[in-house]
Amino acid sequence: MSRATLLALTLALTAGCRESRTVTSPSQEQVLPGERGLRSVADFAGISEERERSLALFGELGQVITHPRCVNCHPAGERPLQGEEGFPHQPLVVRGEDNHGAAAMQCATCHGESNFRSIPGNPDWHLAPAEMAWEGKTLAEICAQIKDPARNGDMSLEQLAEHMAHDDLVAYGWKPPAQLEPAPGNQALFGQLVRAWIASGAHCPES
Amino acid sequence: MSVKLRVNGQAHELEVDPETPLLWVLRDHLGLSGTKYGCGVAQCGACTVHVDGAPRRACVAPIGSLAGRQVTTIEGASGPHAEAVRATWEGLDVPQCGYCQAGQVMSAIALLERVPTPSDQDIDHAMSGNICRCATYVRIRRAIHSAAASIGGQAGQAEASEAEEER
Repeated sequence: MSRATLLALTLALTAGCRESRTVTSPSQEQVLPGERGLRSVADFAGISEERERSLALFGELGQVITHPRCVNCHPAGERPLQGEEGFPHQPLVVRGEDNHGAAAMQCATCHGESNFRSIPGNPDWHLAPAEMAWEGKTLAEICAQIKDPARNGDMSLEQLAEHMAHDDLVAYGWKPPAQLEPAPGNQALFGQLVRAWIASGAHCPES
Repeated sequence: MSVKLRVNGQAHELEVDPETPLLWVLRDHLGLSGTKYGCGVAQCGACTVHVDGAPRRACVAPIGSLAGRQVTTIEGASGPHAEAVRATWEGLDVPQCGYCQAGQVMSAIALLERVPTPSDQDIDHAMSGNICRCATYVRIRRAIHSAAASIGGQAGQAEASEAEEER
């Protein structure tokens, strides 16, 4: 059975799921191979039980979601984190009213439109809102959170998949400055895993 | 590569490597040495300038990203907030060695333009990226409060004058 067929089967199994109906079908899309510690969707196709497959897929997504390149800007407190150990950002910066920093000490005071030497960059560098904090949470808690429109920016699962696969700031996770470790895999592969997780029912671990 | 931008209101077209930090364009190409090099990695704030009115660390701002932008340095800082900050900085003898002060002043102006009557916490959060090795922080905070009061006082005087004229 080809990888594409397996992926189509994955989608067909969830045809009755309201949330999955609007998710872009990747059947026309090339199934990407695993890369740098992140496995391919094809690696999960052999798990026949849907819930089990969904949980396995989310566990794989967790490698990215809990990576410092992601968690550092999803802090539980008012300050972003830095580095591989997630120490408090230096100099002191705070979330501010709109997650872009304090008056006269905005993220863009130092972070430009793209990486520059050791300084990460993006045209809209900012913190995730407090309700989207991932720091210190279990994968089960994060999973419930990212499915909850009240805590995910009022996104449907389709919008969540689009955000994960194509958002430019999410993309930073795989292209940090040289001194920082990129998140596992790549964004396109991550996006396929998100879609496969949603297509398999978007089940969350219980603990 | 040619980059066009305005610095302190003056148009410039510069032939320079687009990766050159704005700081070195200001200092070496334009002779504006008021903006200081401190750390080179956006940790100390000595190189703070305004780009389109917002504070920016010039040491990590590649000139190639600033085409068409308006840059203001300490030499070109003007307006009521700049004047108030300059007056209180002088009045309270804020600087000690002075090396960091151009950056401190540019951040203080930006803060007052956004928060007319800042609290201590507003000041701490806005100025946290401006390091002073002489530890003039207490005077800096006092000067910002004083500048805020003087601007508010001027605004109050203007309002009173207008009301008087109306009578």
